[in-house]
Amino acid sequence: MRKLSFILSNKKAVVGGCVLLFLVLVAIFAPVIAPYGPNETRFFPSLPPSREHLLGTTSLGQDIFSQVVWGTRLTLTVGLVTGSICAFISTTIGLVAGYFGGWVDEVLSLITNVFLVLPGLPLMIIIAAYITVQSVVPIIVVISITGWAWGARVLRSQMLTLKSRDYVKAAIVAGEPPLRIIFVEILPNMLGLIVANFFGAALYAVLSEAGLEFLGLGNVNAVTWGTILYWAQNNQAMLLGQAQWMVVPGLLIAILGMSFALLNFAVDEMTNPRLRR
Amino acid sequence: MRYFVRRIGFLLFTAWAALTINFILPHMMPGNPAQVMLAKFQGRLSPQALSALTEAFGLNMDKSLFMQYIDYWKRIFTGDFGISLTYYPSRVIDVLAESVPWTIGLVGCATIIAFTLGTLLGIFSAWRRNSALADALVPVALFFNSIPYFWLSLLFLYLFAYYLGWFPLAGGYNIYTMATGFALLPSIIHHGVLPLSTIVITALGGWMLTMRNNMISVRADDYVAFAHAKGLPDREIKYRYAARNAILPSITGFSMSLGFVIGGSLLTEVVFSYPGLGYILYQAVTSLDYPLMQAIFLFISLGVLIANFFTDMIYALLDPRVRDGGV
Repeated sequence: MRKLSFILSNKKAVVGGCVLLFLVLVAIFAPVIAPYGPNETRFFPSLPPSREHLLGTTSLGQDIFSQVVWGTRLTLTVGLVTGSICAFISTTIGLVAGYFGGWVDEVLSLITNVFLVLPGLPLMIIIAAYITVQSVVPIIVVISITGWAWGARVLRSQMLTLKSRDYVKAAIVAGEPPLRIIFVEILPNMLGLIVANFFGAALYAVLSEAGLEFLGLGNVNAVTWGTILYWAQNNQAMLLGQAQWMVVPGLLIAILGMSFALLNFAVDEMTNPRLRR
Repeated sequence: MRYFVRRIGFLLFTAWAALTINFILPHMMPGNPAQVMLAKFQGRLSPQALSALTEAFGLNMDKSLFMQYIDYWKRIFTGDFGISLTYYPSRVIDVLAESVPWTIGLVGCATIIAFTLGTLLGIFSAWRRNSALADALVPVALFFNSIPYFWLSLLFLYLFAYYLGWFPLAGGYNIYTMATGFALLPSIIHHGVLPLSTIVITALGGWMLTMRNNMISVRADDYVAFAHAKGLPDREIKYRYAARNAILPSITGFSMSLGFVIGGSLLTEVVFSYPGLGYILYQAVTSLDYPLMQAIFLFISLGVLIANFFTDMIYALLDPRVRDGGV
């Protein structure tokens, strides 16, 4: 209970959490909220916003509002799944490198640093251009490969400070196996950092996904906010006076990204006593 | 000295890794993309160009993967990246030579402006903490940091170039003038304002937040409290005591953000049809121009790696603890 009120006392966490929760609900209840199917093309093309079509229709005669609502599903899924994969990889590599030290640390840190300095988006563009994308899975894989390194570095340095604590020494003396010490004894003490890292990776994932799809490197037939933007741009939405077709999905990406960023920042504030007021 | 050697070693290793990834990727992909590409260009290219492509992408079955790898290195050291298919019959190296300066200019200027502005805002928002304006800066920065680069570019393009007509719609300079050299500068600046400002706006927030957090940490340190106790003027403590130390972690964060800014500027270039690497990369990707793609990735990676190396050197210059191997 005390933990809950502690979280609720942070305005950024509350705002970020509410926005994310709202979008998750939209994703879950998409069939109820959206008046039409996302790929129904039976309407008059390029209609302006009206009561029947809140955001108008596309050049192919799809209802933009329904597309945006349905698009929440895949966009959120890619963000959350990729964020989890990145957090998993960075936690494992960061903690193992920091705990064992020596040559294990040398090798893992070298790999981490290489991935840290390799430019992410160009690498993603190249890989996505080689594989002909049929689903969102390659996008998730590609973003995960390039997105885990920063977290691994942060978690490794946290591990270095935690591993000299008394309770860790006690666990070693008690003869607990190293992996158990890392993941059962130490990991719960840096949950805050791992959660912050997850939200950071999710933000990176959502922005990268949008960028790749905008370039037409995703599956352009899947309905996500990124592909809606791709079609809007390819059909000259702005020049045809259909600005809402372009503005709304982009704004939603920014809002979703901001909710991840707020949560990341808030968790950082709560776990780092110096940033607390 | 030991630090310097280590950094050089790391630079060489990462360069090797980037180049090797660049070589292996097309070989690893299912369905041999190069074969698809060759089929597409059959009959449209000269036989010499086709056989050069076959060679470059390992479709020549007489050679082992290892021999191909050796050939790949030979080609890199001789600067022979083959013929571009998009800009046929230009050589890839010539296409690159024309576009690299644009990207370096755009990303370089944008990074310097964003870093300076963001850091100053970060200092301000940490120092005036708990005042309404300084605290409001944080969510604003988080929001700008979460805007997709290309989307802001599109809005700016539509609003300022198409609707208001203040700036040109595309390109890096006015292609209809006879002017050359420095006479082109006004036109280049006029074309650069919009792409530059979208990158600065979206990159600013990150620098601000890093600097703010560093400043808040440093502010609680004893030597800052002591400086206050001595009665030094607030301004002097802010810039000469706190900010000087707080800026160090920002410089380390450079490596991460540089890759990110380059990624963002690639998309910005696509939207503004700005003649840099991003626009060329987009052309290459959409027309399956693998030789050009490979060379662009190679140049971007090397650029980022070298920029990182110099950041490390500056860091060592600023922080003697790093230089002497203490940290």
